[in-house]
Amino acid sequence: MENNQMDSQVNETTRPHITAKVEIPERRSKLHTEDLQVDAALKSGLEARSVHAWFDKHHALADISLHFPKNTVTGLIGPSGCGKSTFLRLLNRMHEFIPRAAMAGEVLFAGNDIYDPGVNPIDIRRRIGMVFQKPNPFPAMNIGENVVAGLKLSRVKTSNKDALIEDCLTRAGLWKEVKDRLGSAGGSLSGGQQQRLCIARALALNPEVLLLDEPCSALDPGSTLRVEETIVQLSATMTIVIVTHNMQQAARVSDYCAFFLSDGGPGQLVEADLTTNIFSNPSDSRTADYVQGRFG
Amino acid sequence: MSITVETMAPVPTRPWRNSRATGMRNLGAIVLAAICGAAINQVTGLSGFLGLFLAAAFLFPVFVAVANAKRGANVVTDRIASAVIAVAFIAVTIPWLSIFITVFQKGSEAFHSSYLTDDMRITPSGDDLQYGGIAHAMVGTLLMVIVATIISVPFGIIAAIYIVEVKGRFAGLIRFLVQAMSGVPSIVAGLFVYSTVVIFFGGFSAWAGAVALSILMLPTVARTSEEVLKLVSVDLRTSSAALGATQARTVFTVVIPTVASGLITAAVLGVARVVGETAPLILTSSYFVATSTNLNDPIASLPIYIFSSLGLGDQNATARAWGGALVLLGLVFFFFLLTRIFSSRIKRK
Amino acid sequence: MGLPFTVSCEHYGVQTTVPEKRSIENNLTRVDKVFQNLVTLGAFFSMVVLAAIGGFLLYRGFEIFKDFGFSFITGSKWDIGNPEDTSTAILGIGAMLVGSIITAIIAVLLSVPFAVATALLIEFYVPGWIKTILVSILDLVAALPSVVFGIWGYAVLLPLVEDWSVTIEHYLGWIPIFNVPSGIFGRSPFLAGLLLSLMIVPIITSVAREVYSQAPRDLIDAASALGGTRWGALRAVVLPFGRSGLVGGTMLGLGRALGETVAVYLTLNLVFEINFKILASAGGNVASLIATKFGEATEYELKALMASGLVLFLVTLLVNFGATMIVNKSRKIV
Repeated sequence: MENNQMDSQVNETTRPHITAKVEIPERRSKLHTEDLQVDAALKSGLEARSVHAWFDKHHALADISLHFPKNTVTGLIGPSGCGKSTFLRLLNRMHEFIPRAAMAGEVLFAGNDIYDPGVNPIDIRRRIGMVFQKPNPFPAMNIGENVVAGLKLSRVKTSNKDALIEDCLTRAGLWKEVKDRLGSAGGSLSGGQQQRLCIARALALNPEVLLLDEPCSALDPGSTLRVEETIVQLSATMTIVIVTHNMQQAARVSDYCAFFLSDGGPGQLVEADLTTNIFSNPSDSRTADYVQGRFG
Repeated sequence: MSITVETMAPVPTRPWRNSRATGMRNLGAIVLAAICGAAINQVTGLSGFLGLFLAAAFLFPVFVAVANAKRGANVVTDRIASAVIAVAFIAVTIPWLSIFITVFQKGSEAFHSSYLTDDMRITPSGDDLQYGGIAHAMVGTLLMVIVATIISVPFGIIAAIYIVEVKGRFAGLIRFLVQAMSGVPSIVAGLFVYSTVVIFFGGFSAWAGAVALSILMLPTVARTSEEVLKLVSVDLRTSSAALGATQARTVFTVVIPTVASGLITAAVLGVARVVGETAPLILTSSYFVATSTNLNDPIASLPIYIFSSLGLGDQNATARAWGGALVLLGLVFFFFLLTRIFSSRIKRK
Repeated sequence: MGLPFTVSCEHYGVQTTVPEKRSIENNLTRVDKVFQNLVTLGAFFSMVVLAAIGGFLLYRGFEIFKDFGFSFITGSKWDIGNPEDTSTAILGIGAMLVGSIITAIIAVLLSVPFAVATALLIEFYVPGWIKTILVSILDLVAALPSVVFGIWGYAVLLPLVEDWSVTIEHYLGWIPIFNVPSGIFGRSPFLAGLLLSLMIVPIITSVAREVYSQAPRDLIDAASALGGTRWGALRAVVLPFGRSGLVGGTMLGLGRALGETVAVYLTLNLVFEINFKILASAGGNVASLIATKFGEATEYELKALMASGLVLFLVTLLVNFGATMIVNKSRKIV
């Protein structure tokens, strides 16, 4: 298994071209730096080193080593059941909620292993956000309250709630559609809108990394495109990891791709490279077979 | 490019588990709370084990809060919540444990070699504990429970069949009514039977007691039977129909044998529900001191044995009441085990 | 193409008229007709019994309502007067009704926090094997007969509560309900309520547990992913979700507490006066009234007991109807 050292320089021309012209927001919005404590020694991105995962005795992931460079989009692709979602949940300490789950290896964030004994998982989940497959706005809250729900849950204070709500919804591409009905229930939106609301909710905590677990698989093609646009915009200010079944989506959205495969045993990382290389010139024949649709 | 070589097999770990430090911290909080509780014990009127527990119970969350203070308000709230929930749970289980322990302790005092075979026919309640026994109460309870089962189980199962198999227009109504019937207070059932059976037949009798018990048993049997019948897959019924069976045949030859153990569980649950009922029996079967199998007359029963012995206030009588409580507890526990065995058999299917 | 018939293309995709639906006859065989009728008959037996209970109690107790009217429910005095002359009797269950409600409220107030805590503990705090054990313990306690609770309450809890009541009155006696002017503690509404709460906690816990277990996992995950602690996620997602189920379970427990006879009989001193001082040795409970007075009741008094039984029956029926509707609604939300 090769341990790929990836280039932290992103070549603009290799980024897939999205037709809509969009505004890329400022690097770090003023609001957030005043309110949240930012770790001065913030290093680049996120890195997994020899990560394994178990569900009870079942070995689900074997020896995954992957580096996610800052402010890029990495797509995790591969057939279903090979551990992509499991790997994603290892990155923000959600894996441990499953009873009898276990892991091995390290996940480095800002230079420190997030599984160190002294680390507070709550902090990790604040800084590494997650959006799930099925849109899940909190039914007991309206749209505005949903956006800042994360602040309430993590006990983070903010001086200007309304400005934060507007900012997050704008970055999620939802502001224009809901600005007149912030008080209505979260469930009154369409599927695509709900998912963008969940993205806005995750953004409210100003995470440095955003993990997305097949965010568009429950959405129609129109909403899917809107969400993909949002993802590309967001990658200017945060590192994004997206698990997707849809290879075309991976090709549209990601800068780098990592191909996971399982041969009946634990899921393994076959290849990780620039997206263009994965799709046009993969090193491994299994990757070539997958991207050309011969299986999956 | 470097190539990773696996030197040894990876070991699954759970680094998120409470570290040793956290465990020690919690233990420390408990010990500290206990010590302070004991101190408060000495100083104020809060006395005994209960006082100690109360004081410790209030102090434990406080100490937990202090121990975690530097980790932020979020974590402190979470830890306090865990502490409070744990304390509340222990607080509510202590009385229950006390019930089991007391019944066992005090009840065994009344036991002697022929306790389960003698009755109180020639022994006044105040007599020494080595005389007399509880046989009459056990026989009475047994007889009335058997009759009640014979009455209520068929009707309960029929109601369940109506709801699940026949699916008549009034299925929802029947379900609702069965649920309502389960809420009828036991004394009201006793009053009803008194106003009908007892007055009609001119006196208390075991029959009346059995009828009252069957009213209380029926909802439990019906509800459990309904749940059990619902478990039968639709395919079973469809294949039987495809073989040309009538619905009646399907129900009796295919469905019921499949869930036989479930229906038995329903019956046993019903029995467990009524075996300890006192109030209805006060008004229907009353009490009798000798072992009797005559269903037309008043008859003894375990709950009434306990109840009437208590009423006498005498020390020995009270001890006998505890003895009855122990026997009753044993019976309930026996039925409880029985239902567990049957339901695990159902699950295995 | 090998089709055994020809398909004329002009009909392809063109809808002309929708054909009429055919009626399918499904006459039951005689056996099944009989079967269904018998089963229906048997099922309605339960409805008959319920109606019969109400009917007979009304029939036997009707005279009382005729003689006293509404004051039977509001009046508190219970005086048979001259047994020969029924017109000298003054009977009223007002104190007993109020007492039933007070004791039941105490029981519910005491039991709900503990039931919620236990339900949360079982569903979200303990590993699987402990959960099975705890659920079994809860089921066992739920099956304990009330006479066992009663005898324990009388022998073990009573002396304890008496001590506590003295202490509470000492420190909090300035609050009216904790004041005990007679100085007699002992078999009080507080004791009865406390004992009842121990009896109804398993009921409320098992309903609450069922609802909490159905709280959507993805919402809980979302709350955790946003940095919520376990308690934070429970508070934000599970507790609001389980609210109606908890209410339903509480009402079921309330119904049980209202109709409890023996446990209250042994731990409450019946006094025919409305009493709000819960630590004092005076209270009321309709079910215990019936049990107490039954032994030596005169003919007329018996009718009054029947009437009381009817009132109790209707009250518990109402509470249980409400409870069932709420619990069923909470189940349908899922």
